Amino acid sequence: MLLRLLPGDPANALLSVGADAAQIEKAREQVGSNLPLWQQFLRFAGSLARFDLGTSFVSGKPVIEEIAARLTVTVPLALMGFVLAILIAVPLGILSAVKADRWYGGLISTVSQLGIAIPVFWVGILLVTVFAVTFRLFPSGGFPRRGWQNEGQVLYALALPVMTIGLVMGASLLRYVRSATQDVLGSDYLRTARALGASFPEALIRHGIRNGAVPIVSILGIELATTLLGAVVVERVFALPGLGSMLLLAIEQRDYPNVQGVLFISTLLVLLIGFAADLTQRLIDPRLRERAVGGNA
Amino acid sequence: MTGTIIASGKISGQGLRVGALGAATLALALSSSTAVFAEDAKFDPNASITIGSLYEPQNLDNTAGAGQGINEAFNGNVYEALFTLTDAGDVQPGLVAEQSVSEDGLAYTFKLRSGVTFHSGDPLTAADVKYSIERVTSEQSKSSRKKSLATISAIETPDDQTVVVKLSARSISLPYNLSYVWIVNDAAKDLNAGEDGTGPYRLDEWRRGSSLALTRNDKYWGTAPTNGEVVFQYFTDATALNNALLTGAVDIITSVQSPDSIAQFKDNPDFTVTAGQSTTKELLAFNDRVAPFDNVKVRKAIARAIDDKKLLTSIWGEYGTLIGSFVPPTDPWYVDLTAVDAYDVESAKALLKEAGFADGFSFKLDTPNYDPHPIVAQFIQSELAKVNIKVEINVITANEWYTKVYKAHDFQATLQEHVNHRDIVFYGNPDFYWGYNNPKVVDLIKASEAAANTNEQTAKLKEANTIIAEDAASNWLYLYPQIVVSSSAVSGYPVNGLNSQFFAYGIKKSEQ
Repeated sequence: MLLRLLPGDPANALLSVGADAAQIEKAREQVGSNLPLWQQFLRFAGSLARFDLGTSFVSGKPVIEEIAARLTVTVPLALMGFVLAILIAVPLGILSAVKADRWYGGLISTVSQLGIAIPVFWVGILLVTVFAVTFRLFPSGGFPRRGWQNEGQVLYALALPVMTIGLVMGASLLRYVRSATQDVLGSDYLRTARALGASFPEALIRHGIRNGAVPIVSILGIELATTLLGAVVVERVFALPGLGSMLLLAIEQRDYPNVQGVLFISTLLVLLIGFAADLTQRLIDPRLRERAVGGNA
Repeated sequence: MTGTIIASGKISGQGLRVGALGAATLALALSSSTAVFAEDAKFDPNASITIGSLYEPQNLDNTAGAGQGINEAFNGNVYEALFTLTDAGDVQPGLVAEQSVSEDGLAYTFKLRSGVTFHSGDPLTAADVKYSIERVTSEQSKSSRKKSLATISAIETPDDQTVVVKLSARSISLPYNLSYVWIVNDAAKDLNAGEDGTGPYRLDEWRRGSSLALTRNDKYWGTAPTNGEVVFQYFTDATALNNALLTGAVDIITSVQSPDSIAQFKDNPDFTVTAGQSTTKELLAFNDRVAPFDNVKVRKAIARAIDDKKLLTSIWGEYGTLIGSFVPPTDPWYVDLTAVDAYDVESAKALLKEAGFADGFSFKLDTPNYDPHPIVAQFIQSELAKVNIKVEINVITANEWYTKVYKAHDFQATLQEHVNHRDIVFYGNPDFYWGYNNPKVVDLIKASEAAANTNEQTAKLKEANTIIAEDAASNWLYLYPQIVVSSSAVSGYPVNGLNSQFFAYGIKKSEQ
């Protein structure tokens, strides 16, 4: 709703500078922007109930179709970046916590601090300069036009964007893993496990990771959700047709069906991810399950 | 009829460009372009050419607000018109085999080429032509060309191969204006996301936000393309586009918008940099209706106080051209008017004194928020400070420019780029946003369109052009260069990009 209060009429975006009043009125009628706001909203809510996200003002294509196409870029990009981030953050985070007194423990946390400080686009540009322009190992951007019909090409094209997301997300995740591990290290149960005769790695893996993972999983959920739309910067640097750039373009063009569609779908995804994170937590930690069932912990 | 006032240009992410279209221009590619045309015997006839561009179309229909990108991808490639505006700037018959004009200039008879079929297999008939023209002039049409065809009063189709276009007033530019009217199959559905044209390529696939692929039409009536497929790859970021060319992901960049990025290609034998003639003019437009800009002396003084050459060099380096009026050198009615109100601070001060502004004045400059306008505004601010004129820079968005400046005429002065050629006709419309109103010019421009031949048209517009410059109707800062950069393996592409067209059928890629 608030979107429509922005200055500028979607009809303007369709027309060129030479348009006359009649052309503008016609275009307003076509996109429905001549109706009162509440009617526009009712229309939207009504079609939403039918899971019909409408048709783009600008391209004339069904919104859902375009979102589906965009998701084939964004979802794999976000997921692969996410997996890479975990692969980087978990081992290195634990290592830097356990070996905080060694030189490499310190180095890891310093480098991760740096990773947080550097903006995403800059990491992207850096990777392009090194791996695409100088060494010609990966393409500098773009998405294969046949999409997933050729998986190899897609993976090749997504290599640098995934690395960018993985590195940046991994750096901030590493901090969480590190502090969660530190908490675990100082905990009573770990000491008890050690006292009962478990070796340090055994105690850490059996008890430590399970306990430390609970807060990490909720952070992971948030990070993954952010990446779905937050990948827009990466999409721009690598010229990828993802969901974030669709939203950006739609806002620029006042293409409200597209804006609403993207927001609706991404809200849905965020809720789903939150739900999945909750489930995962309960799977990891039996106490959460009991609390949920008993309700009076 | 008040001349043919038409505009092209879109409010889009790339900003807003304003322009008009007109008749033939003779374009001159600069000497560096000769390499592009060098004959390459060993080219791959089935090569795939990837063209990098910043202008993705919004949809695939040029009467539905698709933007300049669709002209780049589809004009001459997928759709053809009755006439073709060549890259050299002249208007040649396209789907027309023969034409004749009635004595009074009010009826044009076109005989269509025979044996032309649409991509769907339907043959081209007069009914398709009638349908196509009416599609542009119809009420639903969002085409910027609409007004230029307003003189068409009727279209008759005496037989399948003959179209008679009747006019309500003489229009010497009709063939030129028809070069923008795509001939589409009258049975075609969904031209928003599909196509049915007669061109040398058919649409393979459009992946919105990424690419648009065209593949060779093997049943094409004319000369077959020298390549097998053409893929327009779209970018939103110029740096990403440059990197794509550097790494071989694209073969050509259609229009380089920043001179800084040229350096990395210029002295590299793997790339060819071509500077063609653009028709894009950077303009300081006054609102000629309001004080103090209703005073010719004030306008002339401002023109004299700004060092255009310094501005051009600081923005485009060695590229670009100085212009003394709205007409670029490639228009037939070009007159070198750079000497009119040339840079001269002392005479600017004298003129201001005569106009009663010895102590200067201040005004608000509405500046679009995208390049190069903010830089230009600052330059103007510092230049005019020397003659005691205080410039208050007011940054606005493209959308605001459209509503505030273009439609409401609520401004004192503004900056804008006008893209197309022959838009001098804007000065014949007193209701245009800048409000220039000289009855002599209005008459000359109106008479030029009703001219019996192009010589007469040219003479009238030359006269109008000179008056407009003497009146300093606006301040014409400079003409943009049109820079195409390509891998040195490809050749045969258009260098002037007139009206955003980019004919791909002559592009050759050498075998590697």
